[in-house]
Amino acid sequence: MKDTKQNQSVPILDAEAIRRALRRIAHEIIEQNADLKSVVLAGIPLRGVEIARRLSEFIREVGKIEIETGTIDVAMHRDDVGTRAELPMVHASNLPLPLEGRTVIIVDDVLFTGRTARAALDAISSFGRPARIQLAALVDRGHRELPIRADYVGKNLPTATREQIQVRLQTVDNEPDAVWLVKE
Amino acid sequence: MNWNRKDLLGIRELSADEINFILQTADAFKQVGTREIKKVPALRGKTLINFFVEPSTRTRTSFELAAFRLSADVINISASTSSLTKGETLKDTARNLEALHADILVLRHSSAGAPQFLAQRLKSSVINAGDGAHEHPTQGLLDIYTIREKRGKIDGLNVAIVGDILFSRVARSNIFGLTKLGANVTLVGPSTLVPREFEKLGVTVSHKIDNVLPEADVVNLLRIQHERQRKEYFPGIGEYTTLFGLTNERAKLLKPDCLVMHPGPINRGVEIDSEVADGLQSVILDQVTNGLAVRMAVLYLCGGIST
Repeated sequence: MKDTKQNQSVPILDAEAIRRALRRIAHEIIEQNADLKSVVLAGIPLRGVEIARRLSEFIREVGKIEIETGTIDVAMHRDDVGTRAELPMVHASNLPLPLEGRTVIIVDDVLFTGRTARAALDAISSFGRPARIQLAALVDRGHRELPIRADYVGKNLPTATREQIQVRLQTVDNEPDAVWLVKE
Repeated sequence: MNWNRKDLLGIRELSADEINFILQTADAFKQVGTREIKKVPALRGKTLINFFVEPSTRTRTSFELAAFRLSADVINISASTSSLTKGETLKDTARNLEALHADILVLRHSSAGAPQFLAQRLKSSVINAGDGAHEHPTQGLLDIYTIREKRGKIDGLNVAIVGDILFSRVARSNIFGLTKLGANVTLVGPSTLVPREFEKLGVTVSHKIDNVLPEADVVNLLRIQHERQRKEYFPGIGEYTTLFGLTNERAKLLKPDCLVMHPGPINRGVEIDSEVADGLQSVILDQVTNGLAVRMAVLYLCGGIST
């Protein structure tokens, strides 16, 4: 299993590079949000939730402030329900309420077409009306299909549409932290 | 696992994994009810037809509200307003509904197997909302969901189902689901309504409620269905209450954390005394709330896949 993976996969980020990328994003979040107390990190399941948790740890370490984290599930807000032969698990969302006056930062592992981010914007608005919403992604692989861009990016990675980006996080996948570019 | 069924016809054909998948999906949908906007766009643009050939208010309303919360459009048809009264066959009525591009058909019918008959012939999703004395899968799922929510698990629990088992689709759906998830199910009632035959389904049969109550973690009381009763099965309401009703006196036999359930509508003073129905151990209204979440999950899963 591991061999075939290594034959087809190119390592993009290792554990240390992921750590550095998230630490840098944490610095940028601190710089760009004067009122850090109002910030909520909203992770998209599954890996976005773990990345949001790690970002909050870096922000505690660097900014000496405890910021709130939450979960925003997008499955029931996607625009492709009814077009897939199988449906993945829907997870409960969990955001600190009310959102009025707060800055919600959507956190995901990979930014690709932008459709997940759009669904997340829609999902957040069903909980209330935050003062602003921002977007953070560990990897931005391009190929946007909607007018959406990230405010914080760990790694910009130009890809072909046929390639895949695989993010593995120890705490979620039980594999060492890594980002792979998988070629067909 | 991922979900890939367009229809929900019964719990008998579901795997334990599929049951758990629905319950976990219902967790996510239950939370939608607490949002500022209690509505998600998951089934936007889909049309759901509530086709109730047998009367029902609570199940139909629950499906209707679930569909609204998923942004589907809903039409209600009852037997009296449909052309069934003019002699149209079930199949023709359903094909007409499909010609109108109905995506989801929720069917309540007095004949066992009617939903299956239609599911095999229609592209639309078919959800069984109770067919004869066969199954009522969403009721079974919401009962199991409620037990899991209150007790944290199903495996190893002692669940007593009391009453008119023979004619009860609710009992059948509960039996299939609970045994698949590892509960010990005991059926309780008069031998005419709870024949030993049921032991083939992997459950225990008892005709003495006082022996069962002290060990039970859950007691699910079924409504005595006057409309389905024939005299030879049923001794009389007073005698039934004396022998099998969960009276105040009898409720003292229950463990303090035993859940008291009832699918409704309750016949107060017949299968359950008012004080027990409204007491601390009763989760009857939780069942109603959870029914909405479970039906949202089922509509989302079956109506959300490509057919």
